[in-house]
Amino acid sequence: MRKSRSHWVMLAPYLTLFALFIALPVGIAIFQSFTYFNTIQPPRFIGVQNYISLFTRDEIFMQKVLPNTIKFSLIVGVGGYLLSFILAWLVAQLTTIPRTIIALIIYSPSLTAGTTMSVLWKVIFSGDQNGYLNSILLNLGFISKPIQWLQSPDYLLNIMIIVSLWGSMGIGFLAMLAGLLNIDESFYEAARIDGVKNRLQEIIYVTIPLMRPQMLFGAVMSIVYTFTSAGIGVALTDSNPTPEYAGQLITNHIDDYAFSRYEMGYVAALSVFLLVIIWIASRLAWRIFGERD
Amino acid sequence: MSKFRTGTNPKYFHKSQIKFYIILAPIVVFSLLPILFIIFHAFKPINELFLYPPRFFPRKFSLDSFIELFNFTSSSNVPVSRYLINSIVAAIIAVIATRWIALFAAYALSKKNFKAKQIIFTINNLALMFVPTAVVIPRYFVIQGLGLLDTFSINFLTVIAAPVVVFLLKQFIDQVPDEIIDAARIDGAGDFQLVRKIIAPMVAPAMATVGILTFQTVWNSTEAGVYYINNENLRTFSFLISSLTSSTGNTLLGQGMAAAGSLLIFIPNLVIFIFMQSKVMNTMAYSGLK
Repeated sequence: MRKSRSHWVMLAPYLTLFALFIALPVGIAIFQSFTYFNTIQPPRFIGVQNYISLFTRDEIFMQKVLPNTIKFSLIVGVGGYLLSFILAWLVAQLTTIPRTIIALIIYSPSLTAGTTMSVLWKVIFSGDQNGYLNSILLNLGFISKPIQWLQSPDYLLNIMIIVSLWGSMGIGFLAMLAGLLNIDESFYEAARIDGVKNRLQEIIYVTIPLMRPQMLFGAVMSIVYTFTSAGIGVALTDSNPTPEYAGQLITNHIDDYAFSRYEMGYVAALSVFLLVIIWIASRLAWRIFGERD
Repeated sequence: MSKFRTGTNPKYFHKSQIKFYIILAPIVVFSLLPILFIIFHAFKPINELFLYPPRFFPRKFSLDSFIELFNFTSSSNVPVSRYLINSIVAAIIAVIATRWIALFAAYALSKKNFKAKQIIFTINNLALMFVPTAVVIPRYFVIQGLGLLDTFSINFLTVIAAPVVVFLLKQFIDQVPDEIIDAARIDGAGDFQLVRKIIAPMVAPAMATVGILTFQTVWNSTEAGVYYINNENLRTFSFLISSLTSSTGNTLLGQGMAAAGSLLIFIPNLVIFIFMQSKVMNTMAYSGLK
C-alpha cells in the first residue's frame, strides 16, 4: 500500500479548531496563572503568587465560593448522576410506548436553554406575593408573609440545585437508558441460574458491569453539565456577586474578577484550579467504571 | 422464578409494572410542570400575567406575548426577526460544518493507521470533559487575537470544536467492517469519496444525532452574544431572550415576552428530538467510554 498522508488532511479542520478554541485557551490560562495581568500592561511573571493568594488571602473563595461549589457539584453532579441512572432503570422496566413518552418528558427539561429559562424561574420564585411559590404557600397557610426566595442567602443555593437537577437528565440519561435496553436478556437468565435472587443483586452483578462504558460516558457528561450550569445563580439573581455570595460558584467568581476587577492572572489561576477539579472528578469516574486490566 | 416475571425492556404490560409507574409519577410531574408553566404563561393575555393570585392556567388564550415579542426592538433598533435569522443561519452552518468536519476526523481516527492516532484519541477523550465556561476569558484573548471579535462567525466556530461529537462518530465508525472499506478501495474509491459515499450513509443515525446535538448547542447558546459580540446586528435569539428582563430592567414587563421567547427556543429542540429519537437512542447505545 502506498504511503498516504490523507489522514492529516481529514483531521486538519477539526484539529485546527480544537487547538484554537480548546487547547490554546487552556494553555493561555496556565501561562497567565503565573503572571500579574490587568489587560492594560503586558503580563508580568510572579510565580505561584496567584495560587498562594487563592488559598490564603481570598476569604470569599475559601468561606463561600469553595463550599458552595462543593455542595452544588456533589448534589447536582453526583446526585444528578445517580438519579439519572435510577430513572433510566425505572423507565427501562416499562413497555415501549409508555417508556418512550416518560423518557421524553424526563429528558425535555434539558432541551430548554438553561439561562433563558431563568426568567421563568424568577416568576415562580418571585419575592412578592405574585410569585407562584409564595402565592401557593400563602394560600395554604404555610407562611404568613412572602419569602424573598432568590435574594435570601438561606434559599438561593438550594433553589439553584433544584433548578439544575431539573435540567440534568440530558444525553447522559439517554446513554444509560440505551445501555440498559441493549443488554441481552440471556445475561439475566444466566445470572438467575447462577443464583442472583432479586432485582438489586441483578443491578449490581449484571446490569452495571455490562453497561460500564455507558456509566462512564454518563459520568463524564454529568461532570460537564454540573460545571456548565454553574452560571444559574447569577442568572436567577441578576447580580454578580450573588447576594451575600450565597450562590457564588467558581465560574461566577471567575467572571466577577474578570469583568469588575480585571485581575486576569488571578482569573487564570481560578480557571486552572477549576480545570484540575474537573480532571480529578473524571479520573475518579474512570477509576470506578473504566476497563479493569 | 415468578418474581422475575417482568424484567428490563418488557414486551407486555404486567401488573407488577404498576409500581414503577407510581414511583415515576412524581418525577414526571416535576419535569413537566415548569414546561407547562412556560406554555401557559406564553399564551396568557397581558392582564392575566400580573393577576393576583397568579393562575397556572390562562382564562383566555391569547397571542399577545408573541405579538409583543416580535414588535419589540432592542435599544439599538434591531428587530427581533434579525436575531431569529442570525440563530437559524448560525445553527445551519454549525450543523453542516460540525457533521462533516467531525466525520472526517472520526474516520481518520477509526480506520487509518498512523503513529499519532492513539495520542490524538486520548487527548480527545480527555477533552470530552472540557467545560468552556472555565476558560472563557483566555478564549476571549484567542478570539481577539484571531480578529474574530464582533464577527458573525464566532456564533458557530467555537461550537464546531466538539470532542464529544468526534467521539460518538468514531465509536460508530468502529462498527463498520473493514471488509466494506477494502472492497470500496479495490473499486477505486479515494478516502474522501469513501467517507462521503460509504461511511456517511452507514453511520446515518449517528450523523443525525450529531446534527441534533449541535443544533441544540448553537440554538441555546448565549456565550458568543455575552462575551464575544457587541454588535446587536450579529447576536442570536437566545441571547435576546436571556437579556430581555435585564434590558427592560423589569421582570414583570419582560415576563410574557420571555415566556413566548423561551417557548420558541424550546419547541424546535423538542420537535426535532421527537422525530429523531430512535436514531438518537441507536447512537447512544454506542456512546460508551472504555
